[in-house]
Amino acid sequence: MELQSPRSDETHGEHIHVVSPKVYLAILVILLIFTATTVAVSYVDLGVFNAVVALAIACIKMMLVVLFFMHIKYSTKLTKLTVVSGVFIFFTLISLTLADYISRAWGRW
Amino acid sequence: MSTSTLVTLPDQSTAKIPKVNFLNQENGLLSWILTLDHKRIAILYLITTVFFFMIGGAAAAVIRLELLTPAGDLVAADTYNKLFSIHGIIMVFFFLVPIAPAVLGNFLIPLMIGARDVALPRVNLLSWYLFVIGGCFELYMIIFGGVDTGWTFTTPLSTHYVNTHVVGAAMGIFIAGFSSILTGINFIVTIHKMRAPGMTWFRLPLFIWSFYATSIIFVLATPVIAIAMVLIVLERVVGIGVFDPARGGDPILFQHLFWFYSHPAVYVMILPGMGVISEVVSTFSRKRVFGYTAVAFSSVAIAVFSFFVWAHHMFIMGISNYSALVFSLMTMLVAVPSAIKVFNWSATMYKGSIHFDTPMIYTLGFLGLFTIGGLTGVFLATLGMDIHLTETYFIVAHFHYVMVGGMVSALMAGIHFWWPKITGRMYPESLGRLAAIILFIGFNLTFFPQFILGYLGMPRRYWSYPPEFQVLNVFSSAGATILAIGYLLPFLYLPWSITYGEIAGSNPWKATGLEWQTQSPPLMENFPEIPIMDHEAYDYDWLERHQQEVASV
Amino acid sequence: MSETASTTHGVLAGAQHEHPPYQRHHFSSVAQQFDASNFAMWLFLLTEIMFFGGLFTSYLIMRNWYYPAFVAGSHQLSIFLGTTMTAVLIISSFTMAMAVWCAETGRKRDLILSLSLTLLLGVVFLCLKGFEWHGEWVEYHVPGLRFSVENFVNPASDPQVFKEYHDKPLATDMAENVGQYFFLYFVMTGMHALHMIIGVSVLTFMILRARAGDYTSGHVTFVENFGLYWHFVDIVWIFLFPLLYLISRHS
Repeated sequence: MELQSPRSDETHGEHIHVVSPKVYLAILVILLIFTATTVAVSYVDLGVFNAVVALAIACIKMMLVVLFFMHIKYSTKLTKLTVVSGVFIFFTLISLTLADYISRAWGRW
Repeated sequence: MSTSTLVTLPDQSTAKIPKVNFLNQENGLLSWILTLDHKRIAILYLITTVFFFMIGGAAAAVIRLELLTPAGDLVAADTYNKLFSIHGIIMVFFFLVPIAPAVLGNFLIPLMIGARDVALPRVNLLSWYLFVIGGCFELYMIIFGGVDTGWTFTTPLSTHYVNTHVVGAAMGIFIAGFSSILTGINFIVTIHKMRAPGMTWFRLPLFIWSFYATSIIFVLATPVIAIAMVLIVLERVVGIGVFDPARGGDPILFQHLFWFYSHPAVYVMILPGMGVISEVVSTFSRKRVFGYTAVAFSSVAIAVFSFFVWAHHMFIMGISNYSALVFSLMTMLVAVPSAIKVFNWSATMYKGSIHFDTPMIYTLGFLGLFTIGGLTGVFLATLGMDIHLTETYFIVAHFHYVMVGGMVSALMAGIHFWWPKITGRMYPESLGRLAAIILFIGFNLTFFPQFILGYLGMPRRYWSYPPEFQVLNVFSSAGATILAIGYLLPFLYLPWSITYGEIAGSNPWKATGLEWQTQSPPLMENFPEIPIMDHEAYDYDWLERHQQEVASV
Repeated sequence: MSETASTTHGVLAGAQHEHPPYQRHHFSSVAQQFDASNFAMWLFLLTEIMFFGGLFTSYLIMRNWYYPAFVAGSHQLSIFLGTTMTAVLIISSFTMAMAVWCAETGRKRDLILSLSLTLLLGVVFLCLKGFEWHGEWVEYHVPGLRFSVENFVNPASDPQVFKEYHDKPLATDMAENVGQYFFLYFVMTGMHALHMIIGVSVLTFMILRARAGDYTSGHVTFVENFGLYWHFVDIVWIFLFPLLYLISRHS
């Protein structure tokens, strides 16, 4: 895929990076293994850590999908920044809202 | 005409509107409603938003008439509730939020950055259709009985205790929300990817920076209110949901989701105005905007801060004291970038050669009114003060100073400033100045008494009040009448000027933006050939050299 | 409509230089067009993150408030079914990634095959989801429409689940709150399924265009962007699966 841009602006340096099917296949296998792991771990009683482990595995799976299937590993800084800012605002919404709920009971225990 | 004007018009006996321009390049109704041209879509938006402004304004007129006397004698209490709800919903979601981005932004962003169109023209048209569909839901809601929850849809009132058209209103907002999202995406992509060669980030007009910040808010905040509206509709339809305290839900959760959008949304209503002001102040002072970088980054800072302050709308709703403290502090921080802007605009005018044309008069009005609105915002951010003042007329006056005094003044400045670019003709200058001054006087007379009323304790959203508040309310209603004249004048002379105005030529204000370096009205694809940006923004020396070159050719 | 409109007003600009038929006239190069639409898609996904963000926030708060009710509700879901759906969706993400690769390398036949497999897996996922929803309907677990607290105030009334988890009976008011769990379950999986339905419809349309050879002549933007959407929907499910099915197994 050769795409020649007539302009060499800093925003147009990107070429499509073709990821090989081998990488995709490897990621698929890893994702399926993680799915099996998370299900298996849920059968072990870890107390609060059940939730922690399950969400951690979900985050790793998400990272794999985003980095390889969605080509973020090979894309521009701008796209990376876009993803990071989305995740950041998502956590702002959750954390500041939860901060209100959690701190409501302070001093009333 | 007075000597203080900046306008230079071509010789009226020989000047002509360019034979080919975006207004006449294609003809017929279909060429308008199926257009992909960003300038035509801007005009479609202008017509629809002005239509909604008239509905919202009519509701406001009846509200002010009702409040002329202490007794609730003109309309019933229920009708009054519906009136202020319609006024709020229409003015916020269908006028203030869309008008500046979708009209001025759509028209000017590609022109200013030297592009042929926005990046996604089809999406742009789709967003207008979504806006119209959303608007139809609101019209349905108004015609078939209205809604009486206020524009905030406070739960559980909106989900359980009222039997008005909440579902219709919420669906309308949901759909119009997607229109905002698509506009936001379009602008961000356009600004990133469509700039002309040589147009670096720090050569962009400050207008573009403001609209970029606005678009960030559109993209990140709007979906949260969309999901909140979906949950409200579901709760009304199936009778259970996460907001109903009787079934274990939490109404404050709704407030969190609602204000996570609606607080950033109030910055959507002011940031574009700030962009317009930067352009106008610079052009009519003949000086580069003082502290370009600071003004540019303060726009982005306002957009970023807007995501950390939403709970200041909820200080009296039972959120925790600790988080109220944090949100109060964060809110005061927003004053910093706002002040940076105001000081820089003032510094731009300092020792500038100031010309008092209509856009500049609106701009001076903006500076005063926005400063008052912004500073009273600091009062409200203070926790103790907020408990006394919130839900009174003080807060009504505060946000009207920012949104109407600030944003609508800026909008008027922008529409007058770019009117010659949009239509190719000048508006009548003396009438324009008169309207600007009437608007300023009428606005202050309407809303300044409300600060006092609120401080004295008159609550908002009631259709009657104790007789001792009557004097100030009469002032306010009288002011509203004057304000209405200030709005009606442009409604009359602007359409008149489309046919009878003087021919403006491509750059009547001698402004530096790329949009002024092409014919007015522009071609469908804006520029005969894509311009190359070889100078900084607001470089008036470049403009002089450039004009000499053009003249010698 | 769009193609004709852009060619008519394209007369004035850019008509002199050559460019492929899929390049739209307001772009100066194919690379710029690809960059712009790819970036736009990412911004749209940002919007989607926040859209689901509101739901995730509600879920976290409600789960903390009504922990026993959410545990009891979660026990009603079949982990086997959930795992199957997760696997189906992950494999469909893989076939979608392969479709993007086929488009990039110009393999028309393989592209159609990959897209068709993705479509098939998407439909399988929706069928499984429908099957699960049907189960909840039968068991009176649909809040507002067909809901009963019987299974939660008297867990033994549901022998299959009781045998596995030995849930203690909930007090009536807490059992009512299982409705909150199922409300959020239906809204979240429903929103996800809605995205799947949109995806499946677009896939059908894409297969038709792929057969006409539209994506294997250098114009990969649409396939690439749809791929991003499909993977995003997959990611949402990657989080829904542990939140709804797994994390409450022991408690």
